[in-house]
Amino acid sequence: MNQAVLIEAREGVLGRISDAFLARPKLLTLLLLLPPLLWIGVVYIGSLFALLLQSFYSLDDYSGLIIHEFTLATYLELLQEANLQIILRTVIMAALVTLACAVIAFPIAYYAARYARGWMKALFYLAVMMPLWSSYLVKIYAWKLILAKEGIVTWFASALNLSWLLNGILSIPVIGGPSLSFSYIGTFLVFVYVWLPYMILPTQAALERVPVNFLEASADLGATPRQTFWTVIFPLALPGIIAGSIFTFSLTLGDYIVPTIVGNSRLFIGMAVYTLQGTSGNIPLAAAFTVVPMAIMGVYLWMAKRMGAFDVL
Amino acid sequence: MSFKAKRKRPAGLSLAAVGGLLYLHIPLALIVLYAFTTEDKSFQFPPPGYTAKWFSVAWFDRPDIWPPLYLSLKVAAIATFIALILGTLAGAALSRARFFGRETISLLFVLPIALPGIITGISLRSAFDIMGIDFSIWTIVLGHATFCIVVVYNNAIARFRRLSGNLIEASMDLGANGFQTFRHVILPQIGTALLAGGMLAFALSFDEVIVTTFTAGQQSTLPIWMLSELIRPRQRPVTNVVAVFVIIVTLLPILIAYYLTREGEHIGGASK
Amino acid sequence: MPPAVRFVNVSRRFGSVVAVDRVTLDIGEGEFFAMLGPSGSGKTTCLRLVAGFEQPDEGHIEIFGETAEGVPPYKRNVNTVFQDYALFPHMTVGENVAYGLMIKGMPRAEREAKAKDALAMVKLAGFESRRPAQLSGGQRQRVALARALVNGPKVLLLDEPLGALDLKLREQMQEELKALQKKIGITFIFVTHDQGEALSMADRVAIFNEGKIVQVGSPSDIYEKPKSRFVADFVGSSNVLSPQFCAKHGAPACWTSLRPEKIRIFSPNETVPPDHAHSDGTIKMISYQGAVTRFNVDCGGMRITAEMPADGANFKEGETVRLIWPKAAMVTMEGES
Repeated sequence: MNQAVLIEAREGVLGRISDAFLARPKLLTLLLLLPPLLWIGVVYIGSLFALLLQSFYSLDDYSGLIIHEFTLATYLELLQEANLQIILRTVIMAALVTLACAVIAFPIAYYAARYARGWMKALFYLAVMMPLWSSYLVKIYAWKLILAKEGIVTWFASALNLSWLLNGILSIPVIGGPSLSFSYIGTFLVFVYVWLPYMILPTQAALERVPVNFLEASADLGATPRQTFWTVIFPLALPGIIAGSIFTFSLTLGDYIVPTIVGNSRLFIGMAVYTLQGTSGNIPLAAAFTVVPMAIMGVYLWMAKRMGAFDVL
Repeated sequence: MSFKAKRKRPAGLSLAAVGGLLYLHIPLALIVLYAFTTEDKSFQFPPPGYTAKWFSVAWFDRPDIWPPLYLSLKVAAIATFIALILGTLAGAALSRARFFGRETISLLFVLPIALPGIITGISLRSAFDIMGIDFSIWTIVLGHATFCIVVVYNNAIARFRRLSGNLIEASMDLGANGFQTFRHVILPQIGTALLAGGMLAFALSFDEVIVTTFTAGQQSTLPIWMLSELIRPRQRPVTNVVAVFVIIVTLLPILIAYYLTREGEHIGGASK
Repeated sequence: MPPAVRFVNVSRRFGSVVAVDRVTLDIGEGEFFAMLGPSGSGKTTCLRLVAGFEQPDEGHIEIFGETAEGVPPYKRNVNTVFQDYALFPHMTVGENVAYGLMIKGMPRAEREAKAKDALAMVKLAGFESRRPAQLSGGQRQRVALARALVNGPKVLLLDEPLGALDLKLREQMQEELKALQKKIGITFIFVTHDQGEALSMADRVAIFNEGKIVQVGSPSDIYEKPKSRFVADFVGSSNVLSPQFCAKHGAPACWTSLRPEKIRIFSPNETVPPDHAHSDGTIKMISYQGAVTRFNVDCGGMRITAEMPADGANFKEGETVRLIWPKAAMVTMEGES
């Protein structure tokens, strides 16, 4: 059987295309990358630009139509008292939620990082991820059930004879309300619930990286467990906590569904954006409002990067 | 807390940890519970009675549920399809090649998920206004496909990176051209990753509500239907029934995807 | 009869690095040919040029007289055994071996039979339905070999095939590969950085350094008559004697290589036989190597290493000794490198 050394393979179009790509691998990469890049570039980045552009347009009060001309008037509108209150309210809530998440997530993350082994570790991972993956809307709905006036919390409180406590909390000015599901407290609780896994995971990752012999060295040098915690463990876990805080802060800043469903119908940034672009069609102001959390997060991310949070992600 | 006995779990910590985990899961359990309550005007606890009738009510007596359900399924299917193709292409291109601007482009593929949904939503809305595009199923798909691409891309590129370059050379050495190599060697290797990515994308799209409210106009997907029911409830247990359904439809694919990508780590490599 | 592989002034660059620098080489049909050199010397790139994974920037490559540059790997009747075997993990051993045949369109029954034969030839009969993950390193290597050979290539390329195996297995595989090549009769080209391996298996060896071939020859040629200091040092170890030293000891005044095992150590007044050279010096260091002992001797400023069987010399450090070696053992080298 006398075979030629160089086989003339079945020459088809595919064969010839294959040869061409082999000779020019960069061309292949380009061709592969072009469709998805075009999509993300045009659809996503393009619309981000559209957003920015819109924030420099304005709404004509009389006709209700958008004037497509460059102006700073819309940003000036943000400085009105009512709008400033919205922004302030949202930022304060975001900060409080972040704090609470950090405090609650830490024991869970610490336990998972230091004590869970083998199948327990997988179980923990699943247990944290599952609520994260389950439907966002369903989770919020669940809390509406729980916090409702006739719901489980009230029942629990009366069963333990703590109704007075519950009513007391509800009558606190500003953050209280007619029921938990119509108050800032309720909004706060739901936010903490929904974003908790986002805080647990990076914190756990950071804690897992603390070598055990750091702790042993610390004890060896005479530190009490409490001192070791504050001087060794906590600083090393901090980048993870900060990474988690990026999520909780940013997600709270932009969210509008939670305050709509569980809240006292005072506006947050997200809700403002939603209502503005809805019936009133005031997209410019909605865009301007959206730029605010983007700017805040920009600064936050820059600070977080300086503190080393990105190494944990 | 003793650090010397690191295997011994401090009781306080254990309690806090378990407590935290329970806190995460009890709400979902309650949803399921409330799907069986007889009380339909409030969220009374404990439920006055139990019945399964709401399941049949949801199925037969609420015609307003079906159109949003169909729309959600359609959008999820189309968005996942687009995402599978574009996400895989991007994963293939960016996993190996080194070229100018690669880091920036990689960042671009993270952005749609990194930035909150409201930004994506209002951006698309801004663009639709400027370009004079009317709402339709395609405006919804546009938004969903964008973050679905990111999900598929993440799975694809992780698997592509683990693919040994030698396998492709070996295949070509043995006589297979590029397309044959793709069919016989590359595709089987990345298959499970693509499946996992696709399932995640489907679940994400099915559940998505924030971006959708900005891109749907008057249309309703199932989450939008739920949102309006939450604000102005009609028969609350029916909403719960739908919620249970949504839990299953979003949770199952994600669990399967998780299982698939874990399994992949055990597929034996050819190297020593 | 055209040579199996011919390189004419072939160069390949990666950016500013010249991996292969104007290499010209002929490899004959049926040869067991080794490409030997340190990492980064260009030997692997040359192998890949034959396989088709790289294309030359300059020069001309022929395989059995036919032009090879520009031809993709899947069109060459050349097969490769990769360093990490590159077995397809999602296929069974049998499917791996039959892969090339499947691509060519051979019907299932026929290719399964051929795969079986190939596996039997590498002593893995019955392994068809196993998976690569279940095999040991040595077994995987045999599968890679079978997978390449079953296609009946004209040239078989092996990229550091024995690197991952332990010593015993390596020696065993060396014998088996040599026997296999003799039996099948095709050209084997293999790349290695292990000079012992190259010397024991190959018919001819090409030594690479910094992208160029510095010497080509049979194993004994390479070892006994190194042409340059680099070769003398890379293949075995050698004393490199300066021109002045050589002139004083009856050899041409050039850089000269002298293998340590050719030198014997005696007490200072030993008679020097005819046709032998000698030098007196002090032992500076003794290194026990098990089978041999090495003596590092200072001969008037020149350090010479002599190697003797372990019980052959009973000297201690600091003793004055006489080194005696045959004049013919001094090999004149052409250059420094």
